[in-house]
Amino acid sequence: MEKVLMKGNEAIGAAAIKAGCRYFFGYPITPQNEVPEYMAKELPKHGGVFLQAESEVAAINMVYGAAGAGARVMTSSSSPGLALKQEGLTYIAACELPCLVVNVVRGGPGLGGIQPAQSDYYQATRGGGNGDYKLIVLAPASLQELTDMVQEAFDLADYYRNPVMVLADGMIGQMMEPVAFGEIPQWTLPEKNWATTGTDGDRAPNVINSLFLAPEELEALNIRLQAKYQTIKANETRCEIYQLEDAEIVFTAYGTTARIVKNAIKILKAEGIKAGLIRPMTLWPFPEAAYQALPKTVKCILSVEMSCGQMVDDVRLAVESKVPVAFYGRSGGMIPTVDDIVAEAKQLLGR
Amino acid sequence: MLNEKIICAGFGGQGVMSMGMLITYAGMLEGKQVSWLPSYGVEMRGGTANCNVIVAEDAIGAPTVSNDATTAMVMNLPSLKKFENDLLKGGKLFINSSLIDVKSSREDIDVYYIPANEIAVSIGSGKVANLVMLGAYVAATNVVSIDSVKKALRKVFGASKEKMMPLNEAALQRGCDLVG
Repeated sequence: MEKVLMKGNEAIGAAAIKAGCRYFFGYPITPQNEVPEYMAKELPKHGGVFLQAESEVAAINMVYGAAGAGARVMTSSSSPGLALKQEGLTYIAACELPCLVVNVVRGGPGLGGIQPAQSDYYQATRGGGNGDYKLIVLAPASLQELTDMVQEAFDLADYYRNPVMVLADGMIGQMMEPVAFGEIPQWTLPEKNWATTGTDGDRAPNVINSLFLAPEELEALNIRLQAKYQTIKANETRCEIYQLEDAEIVFTAYGTTARIVKNAIKILKAEGIKAGLIRPMTLWPFPEAAYQALPKTVKCILSVEMSCGQMVDDVRLAVESKVPVAFYGRSGGMIPTVDDIVAEAKQLLGR
Repeated sequence: MLNEKIICAGFGGQGVMSMGMLITYAGMLEGKQVSWLPSYGVEMRGGTANCNVIVAEDAIGAPTVSNDATTAMVMNLPSLKKFENDLLKGGKLFINSSLIDVKSSREDIDVYYIPANEIAVSIGSGKVANLVMLGAYVAATNVVSIDSVKKALRKVFGASKEKMMPLNEAALQRGCDLVG
């Protein structure tokens, strides 16, 4: 497979088009601007539509409409832009519509900065919108994984009729790495017989709606959604387990941070300290089981994030107090260094 | 083990981003692990531009180069001042002596003074000064081969720039000759 050198943001666009996405609605924001730039240039060549909406709120509602009509559709944005899209996302989740949402995360809170961060973990996994809903959240650590995840995201979304989020960061969006666009396995997907494509007078109309004034009806929707979320949890939880055997300390990190942690593990190993890594590849569903099957040698877990401590909450819930869980993070666009991580680990182990 | 960490810096328009991209592409063609990361931020026209490139045997962690650079290529004076101290001991510093009339203050690194703009102008266009620097870099470090860089030229600049290739290759060669 021939490799090409691409920017992460361009790889997102290329992968989406390869996966059959033909509609993109968005609004500019750094550091994800190369996604709409690429889509504006390339989508029309594939018979698709690129539209720069008047706001993020408009863009996500255009996604809602296109998804309701059964189209493969996506939007991308960065942190404050995603904050604006939360209302649309809960509607899309309630109506069980498939779409891809990419967040190239930058530092917050507020308008924040434009450098890489992971401080939208809560926003992505808890939902900034109202009600009991979940997005499937994928967290790539390399541009190859980003490319593969973006392609698969559309199948996941269609299969489960659920919005999927790819949670990247400014570093993944801006950097260039070799990527290969291989044939990824295609899912067998159900027909979209729920889509609002017009009845031609032949059938009862399909209705897409998230307003249920009768509590019995609304609870029935919630029961159905929760059952679906349980199925997703059982089938789609993914993580990478790295050098866990005999480990004294287990790092846990996702995305960019996991790459830096792997370099720290190598340095610790050279100094005789055995360290491993649990890298969640899905942030929801969270790979809880990985934290319950730790080797007896593990003295502590260290969650490393580009945030002030968000994923560490899920780690603590998963570990159920069996092992101490510590946190190390940088924020605001600062990136943890290998040396910082090594020092933190040694201090925890009393070395 | 190869773990080359490069800073390419200059002002916008000097081709520092493509200089870094060419090394990255050449490394990829040779089957090495590579990454390229641009500075992005509140840049202004005529302001400084820089990129970080890593070429390594092992998988690359953070694609950033901070105070652990093995090579810096600086095309203008502000870049020299900004990045000179980010080089590790024993690192290599390439200074565009056409535009930078001061010497490096470091004594624990190898410094190459390359009159990149003068050479570029003498062979036909000041625009290829970045490739003169790149040629010197390749000859001095052998991190990637000159053949791979020539292949990368076509990938990075595209087929439409084929008519520029003789000049591009001449610029690379002149840079090589200066050091090799």
